[in-house]
Amino acid sequence: MSIAGKDTAVLPEADVYEQRALGFWLYLMSDAIIFALLFATYLVMVGNTAGGPGGGDLFSLSHTFGETLLLLTSSLTFGLASVALDSGNRRQLLGWLAVTFALGLGFVAMELREFHGLIALGAGPERSGFLSAFFTLVGTHGLHVSAGLVFILVMMAQVAVKGLSRPVASRLERLGLFWHFLDIVWIGIFSAVYLPGILQ
Amino acid sequence: MNNAPTAGRYSLKRYLGGYVLALLLTAIPFGLAATAALPRHSVLIAVGAAALAQVLVHLRCFLHLGLRTTAPERLLAIAFAAVLILIMIGGSLWIMFNLHYRMWV
Amino acid sequence: MEMRILGRLTAADALPLYSWVAIGGAVVTILGFLAIIGTITWLGKWRYVWTEWLTSLDHKRIGILYVMLALVMLLRGFVDAIMMRAQQAFALNSGGYLPPEHFDQIFSSHGTIMVFFMAMPFLTGLINIIVPQQIGARDVAFPFMNSVSLWLTAAGAGLVLISLVVGRFSTAGWTGYPPYSGAGYNPGVGVDYWIWAIQVSGIGSTLSGINFIVTILKRRAPGMKLMRMPLFCWTTLASSILMVFAFPALTVTTALLALDRIFDMHFFTNTDGGNLMNYINLFWIWGHPEVYILILPAFGIYSGVVSTFAAKRLFGYKSLVYATMAIALLSFTVWLHHFFTMGASAGVNAFFGVATMVIAVPTGVKVFDWLMTLFRGRITFHPSMLWTLGFIVTFTIGGMTGVLLALPPADYLMHNSTFLVAHFHNMLIPGALFGYLAGYMYWFPKAFGFTLDERWGKRAFWCWISGFYLAFMPLYMLGFMGMARRMERYDVAAWQPPLVIAALGAAVILAGIACLVIQLIASIRTRERRRDLTGDPWDGRTLEWLTASPPAPYNFAVLPQVRDIDALHEMKRRGAVYERPERYEDILLPRNTGAGVLIGGFAFVFGFSAVWHIWWAAAAALLALLAAAAARSFCDRTEFRLSASEIQQIEERRLRQLAGEEAL
Repeated sequence: MSIAGKDTAVLPEADVYEQRALGFWLYLMSDAIIFALLFATYLVMVGNTAGGPGGGDLFSLSHTFGETLLLLTSSLTFGLASVALDSGNRRQLLGWLAVTFALGLGFVAMELREFHGLIALGAGPERSGFLSAFFTLVGTHGLHVSAGLVFILVMMAQVAVKGLSRPVASRLERLGLFWHFLDIVWIGIFSAVYLPGILQ
Repeated sequence: MNNAPTAGRYSLKRYLGGYVLALLLTAIPFGLAATAALPRHSVLIAVGAAALAQVLVHLRCFLHLGLRTTAPERLLAIAFAAVLILIMIGGSLWIMFNLHYRMWV
Repeated sequence: MEMRILGRLTAADALPLYSWVAIGGAVVTILGFLAIIGTITWLGKWRYVWTEWLTSLDHKRIGILYVMLALVMLLRGFVDAIMMRAQQAFALNSGGYLPPEHFDQIFSSHGTIMVFFMAMPFLTGLINIIVPQQIGARDVAFPFMNSVSLWLTAAGAGLVLISLVVGRFSTAGWTGYPPYSGAGYNPGVGVDYWIWAIQVSGIGSTLSGINFIVTILKRRAPGMKLMRMPLFCWTTLASSILMVFAFPALTVTTALLALDRIFDMHFFTNTDGGNLMNYINLFWIWGHPEVYILILPAFGIYSGVVSTFAAKRLFGYKSLVYATMAIALLSFTVWLHHFFTMGASAGVNAFFGVATMVIAVPTGVKVFDWLMTLFRGRITFHPSMLWTLGFIVTFTIGGMTGVLLALPPADYLMHNSTFLVAHFHNMLIPGALFGYLAGYMYWFPKAFGFTLDERWGKRAFWCWISGFYLAFMPLYMLGFMGMARRMERYDVAAWQPPLVIAALGAAVILAGIACLVIQLIASIRTRERRRDLTGDPWDGRTLEWLTASPPAPYNFAVLPQVRDIDALHEMKRRGAVYERPERYEDILLPRNTGAGVLIGGFAFVFGFSAVWHIWWAAAAALLALLAAAAARSFCDRTEFRLSASEIQQIEERRLRQLAGEEAL
């Protein structure tokens, strides 16, 4: 352990925000394990179509590409919000948060449309082990994005009501970690679920 | 510590650079899948490599991870998580596909 | 389709009218609950209980509540155990006194309770009370989240308890293997109670893990380098890392099973592409590290006890630290040994068998370190020391039977037999429970300000250890004789004599539990005689013995300066303890809040509604929970200021007390 030798002790009152950021970071690692196991389960079950449709029959390259662009761009706009936070520009911050929210909402809407279409085709999560795993993995990510949307709304309210106080800023930083983390999970989803499925 | 809550922590340049790189690393796998110019096996390897590269870009440019700039306990946590993810996904696939094989699935 | 406002909850399904024993269980549960409510009301103490305990964010109070929950659940889990032993002692060629349906619920709830609602809260409670004091901190990093964790755990325990009264508990064992636990074979509410109880409490454990890691990494007193931390802090750190990284696996496993049951999905079904073997794979990715989550904190307790009561510095401190961390990592690489017989090829089984045996190495290192600490020490035979000695001997035997089971070919013979049951009880009773009891008797004066009666403590120990051998050695034998675990009845006459001995063993353990109860009551009644006025009754070596007993809300008025592994011992040698500081400063402390209780309550309503498919209530509870969390995030003033003059008053009183003590 490289940190063992160094004296990292701090006074309790100091650096509260650093502690919160570390705690949130650990939560993200824990969440990453959840996704890792859902990925593992998906890969184990990807062949278990039980005579039903497989990924090649169901996935659309352009739809997935659209979702990817929305989420990726929302990561950039969140970054712009962080830059606005940096310079203490409240109106810009609120503006970029709103744009991020809209892009995230668009992503969730596209995902819901896809799910709706699949269910209408008779390819819902109860159709086969493969589809159960698909809906659960992608849906868990979608639920996280939706939670992130609520989180964005709460933070916009806090910025509006409380201004850019230190606790609000530290919460925004953690929201940023969360939002960028979800984008990384999505890279895994299009690379391990959609693209290999379409290539079948 | 600076008075402004987060002053100087976030740079516009890095976000824009990260965005361009990420777009590129998204376009390559989608393009390969769309044109189907290469055999499936090679496309999958390319998709995996692009994904790994893009994850690193995101960690660097969006999550601001740096070997020297990030606190050691955070680096340790993410390194430990990466090892465990490898063990859990790798181990699960090894175990479960070994069973598939023996069940003649 | 018929709309049902209460989901599938009907009086006919809900009440435990299927056996007299079950009705008895329900009545005892209700009476126990009413007795607690009644006593508090009769004493007129509701305001006190609410403001001083339930809403408290003080880590010591939260810790005490955790331990109280654990002790109550220990009683409940033990009742299950002695009922099983009694059933098997009688059930040769007969049905005994328990119908199969009921017997299956009992072994399922016994395992679930002992792992999730006895061991987990016990260790979390002890960590909460002690670790901040050992590192010289004033509280944990996130006091509010600490309270949320506590109430989520309590909500989970509440779900298990209420299943005795409303509906039934799972019959699928504490591991809940499908397809038997799937909706096809188990359409009732039992498995759902199991799922939501551990889902809710599991989230609490993950949050606790995060809390302890940040506390240990970020809240240490000046000079408290990582390599100066008491070993209990190290094992807590390792255990917390495992909580954060292993509990997600349990969350995923039970969530997928719930999806199968509620939405008719096919993760673990026999049909439509389900793969039930993946359940077992996922479950043990959590399950094996969980063993170490339970055992490592006990190792830390033993290390502290051995060093204090041998009056010696811990032998091989560094090797103990490295062994602990090695165990933490290795515990993620052995999970397949729980299912060698599933049919993997020899290569896979061999890999995991070897990995399992490798874990025995760091564990062996620890045993030798404790022995070397005892060697030539001035040993005081305090009850905590007895638990430790009993552990060292018994745990080593259990470890050896574990190495036997780690051989895949041998495992093919012994798996699912009572040999396995004997093995893991042989690990967890000495390896975890004895440790927690040692900690309970060691730290009780720190929490409450008076010591526990040592005579009754020793009696409890001797009953527990002899009862343990009587109860579990016959099970090893029975395993070799071919007896499978979880049998409600049997027709092999040769099994009965060992089973009768095992039942006698359980009765001796019951005597041990009685001794624990008597010890507590007798000590409370004679508490004036056994006051701990110094805060340091055992000539302790680590910082928790520097604070008063019970400690002031802030633990340390002035943060201690740490110069050595045995920080307090070093201060005593320098003559630098209990010094009056030049001046006191204001201290910020977490303000009480009922939000934790509220969130736990919503989680309980959510779990209960999900069990009974009362979806509107489940959705409402979930929304309320999220709203409570969001509302709490608006609150920035979560602390209050204790002024320097108040602190001075408290500290002066203590210093006078210490001076008076010396004059005597």
